[in-house]
Amino acid sequence: MSLSIGQVAPDFSLLDTEGRKWSVAGYDGAPATVVVFTCNHCPYALAWHDRIVDVAREYQSRGVRVLAVNSNDADRYPRDSFDAMKDRVAKEDWPMPYLHDATQEVARAYGAKVTPDVFVLDAEDRLRYRGAPDADYDNPGERAEWLREALDAVLDGSILERPETKPVGCSIKWKA
Amino acid sequence: MNVELLWWEGCPSTERALTAVREALTDLGLANVDVRMREIRGDDDARETGFVGSPTILIDGVDLVPAAADEQIGLSCRVYRRRDGRVSPIPDPDDLREALRSAAERAEVTR
Repeated sequence: MSLSIGQVAPDFSLLDTEGRKWSVAGYDGAPATVVVFTCNHCPYALAWHDRIVDVAREYQSRGVRVLAVNSNDADRYPRDSFDAMKDRVAKEDWPMPYLHDATQEVARAYGAKVTPDVFVLDAEDRLRYRGAPDADYDNPGERAEWLREALDAVLDGSILERPETKPVGCSIKWKA
Repeated sequence: MNVELLWWEGCPSTERALTAVREALTDLGLANVDVRMREIRGDDDARETGFVGSPTILIDGVDLVPAAADEQIGLSCRVYRRRDGRVSPIPDPDDLREALRSAAERAEVTR
């Protein structure tokens, strides 16, 4: 079952690649949080990655937190192992933490289906947007516009005209 | 010429890949060439075929983009690079056309 628009998102406690613990709840003052399920090996997640990174950088000054979560089964997909996640973050310049959902409980709790799958939460951790970052993984000019629209609406307190879009990407690799 | 598209249901790129192959064939005047679709259903199937991700396009049995030696065999979506360096779930259309053109020329020579 997926998290519905308006529902309070389940809290979690996950480690990032630096060993720091992150959660959704308990961050007073964050006007919005983006939880994006992503991974190392999916072409869709990789194609959209830079656009999500740009959003994380550009909205940081407005207090927005972006949390990237990898929930894939690393036994069957070693490129998504915690070590591989650490390697990737060490090689790239990530403005957001990369969290390891080893038990896949977070992906299940959110109803995440693919990578990338974007969830935008407001200051009360209620889901305001869920879906793809924008309309076309193949067009960097799209600039993660759907995600930006959602964040702008949350930050401005305005009504979001497109609260849900179809997430597009590789299926999350569930443990057998 | 035999063109085969190996696909796995966990990837949403199959239709796009098939369209790209058909467009390339049409561009080359080879619209009459059939594209055989072959579903990879499980890990055993993937191992047997050496499947490194969906979509994989075989032209006369040869992978359009030969897999790297460390490429993992299994059910996943394949990462391609466009000629401009962008990551893509399907091959660059120019790579596709080039491979099909070469295969067509080889077939012409051996006829």
